[in-house]
Amino acid sequence: MSENRIQWLKFSSPKNFFALVERLLPWFWAAALISAAIGLYIGFFVAPVDYQQGNSYRIMFIHVPAAWMSMFIYLIMAVYAFIALVWRIKMADVMAVSLAPTGAMFTFVALWTGALWGRPTWGTYWVWDARLTSELLLLFLYLGYIALHAAIPDRQRASRAASLLALVGVVNLPIIYFSVKWWNTLHQGASISVSKGASMSSSMLAALLTLSFSCWMYAIAVTLTRAQAETLERERGAMWTNSLATAQATEPEENNLSETNNGAVV
Amino acid sequence: MSMMEFFAMGGHGPYIWGSYGVMAALMIWEARQVIARKRRALRSGARTHGGRS
Repeated sequence: MSENRIQWLKFSSPKNFFALVERLLPWFWAAALISAAIGLYIGFFVAPVDYQQGNSYRIMFIHVPAAWMSMFIYLIMAVYAFIALVWRIKMADVMAVSLAPTGAMFTFVALWTGALWGRPTWGTYWVWDARLTSELLLLFLYLGYIALHAAIPDRQRASRAASLLALVGVVNLPIIYFSVKWWNTLHQGASISVSKGASMSSSMLAALLTLSFSCWMYAIAVTLTRAQAETLERERGAMWTNSLATAQATEPEENNLSETNNGAVV
Repeated sequence: MSMMEFFAMGGHGPYIWGSYGVMAALMIWEARQVIARKRRALRSGARTHGGRS
């Protein structure tokens, strides 16, 4: 097996990818859960009531992480799409496909929580301002990518077409990010900036950052699990999935799973 | 602070719980869905190719 000799390409092999991820997953799930519990505690019991907005500002603790994730995930998805398009590495396409639904979920959450925050703060659920409209476009880009990839039966052609769409959509990211500067929008500017620091109390910042970390860990865990499933479905019939499946059927414990897997390809 | 006061959130309860609730529901649903999909993929591999190893 040539992929075993080339160490630096190790994780682009589906078999090694599966085994490595299997070992990492419990840590990501645990980190997501623990940081969510800590972040929610700080957000609801430590952070004080805002003197202008009352309690509704607490929506920020999930609205901002969801909005960040919606953009970060798209960026990472576009990088994988680029790799899939140029170098035709199949794991890159698996990763891009696995990131899209989670990115779409976070985009929807950003829009939904934004609407519920906007109502008591601005007096409206929705306005067609630059920030909100470009974020809605992001949701359509995710859904378009998912739909296009699923619609073309030939996997290589599906990958190429959908990857191209994902790359064209990257133009939308700076538009979302800078929209509050470029246009006079109802949406407020950034609460945390590199030059000015954070414009909020430290307990509010702590809740925001802890829940952002939680969203990161969740996104990694859920995306890698989906990538594992996607890999298994695509590699069905390959020797390594074959023995993995047998191991799963006879001995469902996880330790056995990875051990059997390592010896399988010889 | 009483339980009722906490959930009322000074009148902003529906907006806050509507936000947190929907996000939590979507995340839990997505997590369960991908884990079930992985299990299914592992099991169907066992059924189709179990004899080949």
